[in-house]
Amino acid sequence: MTTEELIAARRAEPWRVELRGSMKNKERTAIPRVKMNELDPEYRSHTRVEEVNLGLTKEQALSEAKRCLDCPNPTCMQGCPVGIHIPTFIKNIERGEFLEAAKVLKETSALPAVCGRVCPQEKQCESQCIHLKMGHEAVAIGYLERFAADYERESGNISIPAIAEKNGIKIAVVGSGPAGLSFAGDMAKRGYEVTVFEALHEIGGVLKYGIPEFRLPNKIVDVEIDGLRQMGVRFEKDCIVGKTISYEDLHTYGFKGIFVASGAGLPNFMNIPGENLVGVMSSNEYLTRVNLMDAANPESDTPVLKGKHVAVIGGGNTAMDSVRTARRLGAERAMIVYRRSEEEMPARLEEVKHAKEEGVEFLTLHNPIEYIGDERGRVRQMRLQKMELGEPDASGRRRPIPIEGAIETVDVDEVIVSVGVSPNPLIPHAFQGLDISKKGTIVVEQDTMRSALPDVYAGGDIVRGGATVILAMGDGRKAAAAMDAQLRP
Amino acid sequence: MNKIVNKEHFSANVVKLEVEAPLIARSRKAGHFVIVREGEKGERIPLTIAGADTEKGTITLVIQAVGDSSRKICALNVGDYLTDVVGPLGQATHIEKVGTVVCAGGGVGVAPLLPIVEAFHKAGNRVIVVLAARTKELIILEEQMRQNSDEVIIMTDDGSYGTKGLVTDGVEAVIQREKVDQCVTIGPAIMMKFVAALTKRYEIPTVASLNTIMVDGTGMCGACRVTVGGKTKFVCVDGPEFDAHQVDFDEMIMRLGAYKDMERK
Repeated sequence: MTTEELIAARRAEPWRVELRGSMKNKERTAIPRVKMNELDPEYRSHTRVEEVNLGLTKEQALSEAKRCLDCPNPTCMQGCPVGIHIPTFIKNIERGEFLEAAKVLKETSALPAVCGRVCPQEKQCESQCIHLKMGHEAVAIGYLERFAADYERESGNISIPAIAEKNGIKIAVVGSGPAGLSFAGDMAKRGYEVTVFEALHEIGGVLKYGIPEFRLPNKIVDVEIDGLRQMGVRFEKDCIVGKTISYEDLHTYGFKGIFVASGAGLPNFMNIPGENLVGVMSSNEYLTRVNLMDAANPESDTPVLKGKHVAVIGGGNTAMDSVRTARRLGAERAMIVYRRSEEEMPARLEEVKHAKEEGVEFLTLHNPIEYIGDERGRVRQMRLQKMELGEPDASGRRRPIPIEGAIETVDVDEVIVSVGVSPNPLIPHAFQGLDISKKGTIVVEQDTMRSALPDVYAGGDIVRGGATVILAMGDGRKAAAAMDAQLRP
Repeated sequence: MNKIVNKEHFSANVVKLEVEAPLIARSRKAGHFVIVREGEKGERIPLTIAGADTEKGTITLVIQAVGDSSRKICALNVGDYLTDVVGPLGQATHIEKVGTVVCAGGGVGVAPLLPIVEAFHKAGNRVIVVLAARTKELIILEEQMRQNSDEVIIMTDDGSYGTKGLVTDGVEAVIQREKVDQCVTIGPAIMMKFVAALTKRYEIPTVASLNTIMVDGTGMCGACRVTVGGKTKFVCVDGPEFDAHQVDFDEMIMRLGAYKDMERK
């Protein structure tokens, strides 16, 4: 059955027809979009581990699910990189079958509780919702996804997707971030013997070391990883493909296909004077200490500097995560320093809003040009060049231009540099014969994610540079389908 | 995984552990290091691989108890397991036949120097080892060094063993006596800084193995960054060995002090 046929068949089920008929579309569109409950900003800016977004109540979820018109051609699904059957799961929520809704999510997504929290839905599924064409707010698909996944987890009735008969073919996955996990789940469902190799001591990649607890609790990631384990996926931690074991070793061990999802983990610095002072660090270092190593917990052996005046350089989601973390670790003044204006910021609107509510200052149109330290080599001040916007550049955003002579000095005792990441060079160096772009990404065929090496596929940030969780997961799904087509006996 | 199969005390504070890690034992080369984590609340610390036995599938680590994490690891006994060991990391030492090589080690830096001494000696070089410590009891691995080199010179601060003086005094004596083609130094940053300053005067190419603060050890955070020849480098992936004459040791020493206040608590 094709996806279109499956969508139509599900939509034609009697309960669904009846549900559609139970309310007029006009009544459905008249329901206002739900607002998710959040922790109070003053309270949450001092609590490190409590989630800001509280999720929907049952009543809220039931009401929001009614807003979905159950379109015959659900365009929302085209906006979802992993192709979740959106109307099907939402209609299951509307009829109160929450566990059934969770099952639908798991058909195509290995990590629904994660995606419901961190996907930029406004740019994905929700941007294609029919409501927008009629001048209404989109159905809160992300909130509903989170609701169904959370409901299932809390119910203790976690279902495991159906697994095809084992085919005995061994597949290796390099990296346990979102791309690798999504790929592993899809291949396990198809009956392959999947082993995921992870360099760190925890599974999850950026979901563990990058995204903070207040946006994505680690225990939620762990439950979804446990689901993959129950599907038969094996995880090897502390194992670096290209160092601990080689490409040739993988062949010796009998792996027939390799999916490289090693991410973009190398932090960029600006190479300005004073950047190596004590107290200046990458957002990767800062967030890894706090998230992966739990450094703010007094019981952890890993230390972390807790600045009083903290500047975070950059305007992406990682910058927002860093600055909000700094605020929670006790920063009296937590600042975003960004060289363009707020309009050009790549961070999600919700993250910017949350940061502002929590008392973060925004120094837009400012760019650091030097850090100044004390006699012990600790950062004490930063010199900021004020900027103005010129013509749009290659990225389509207006180019920041320095205003001559407009330089400001600001006191800081901690600086977190969050100006992007580069692809991890380990695999490109260790696998002879790959086609590598100038930027260091692995070149793949767009439709199949297949690299220049016939048994190696790649996806996520190692192919895209720094991108999003859901795009990485979509790559994993695409690669799984293509590798399956190649290897299926 | 990572079972401790042998333990030996080199001195009161320095312990040698032989740890099961068959994959690392097989793929490691001289100069490589591992990241070790002990306990679920443990931190990740870098330790240079001091040796390996591919048949037994073990690697040798030499640890000096200086802080909480190293004390915890030193307290482990045969039969215990290290929570995590990952590697081999970093670039291997560049080994070739250059002529006469002086290898200068101080403190616990002597342990990671041993595989480098072995490798240079095997490659047909004349290898002279200068071992330095505060006092006689702190000199380690003397016998193994003798077996793998042409000469061992011992220096102690207090003159309790070998010659009284610093590691640089021992190195300079060799330089004045014969032609030296290369120098390798591993030890406290301040020691490497002075060895580098000395060999620069004599224009002898010198390699230092840097021991900076690290977190992941795979290049994803930059905690270990140093300035080499005016450029920022990550010790964990670009190093740990660099041209000692290009390293900004003062900056490195300053960065090593980043968490001093917290460690003391």
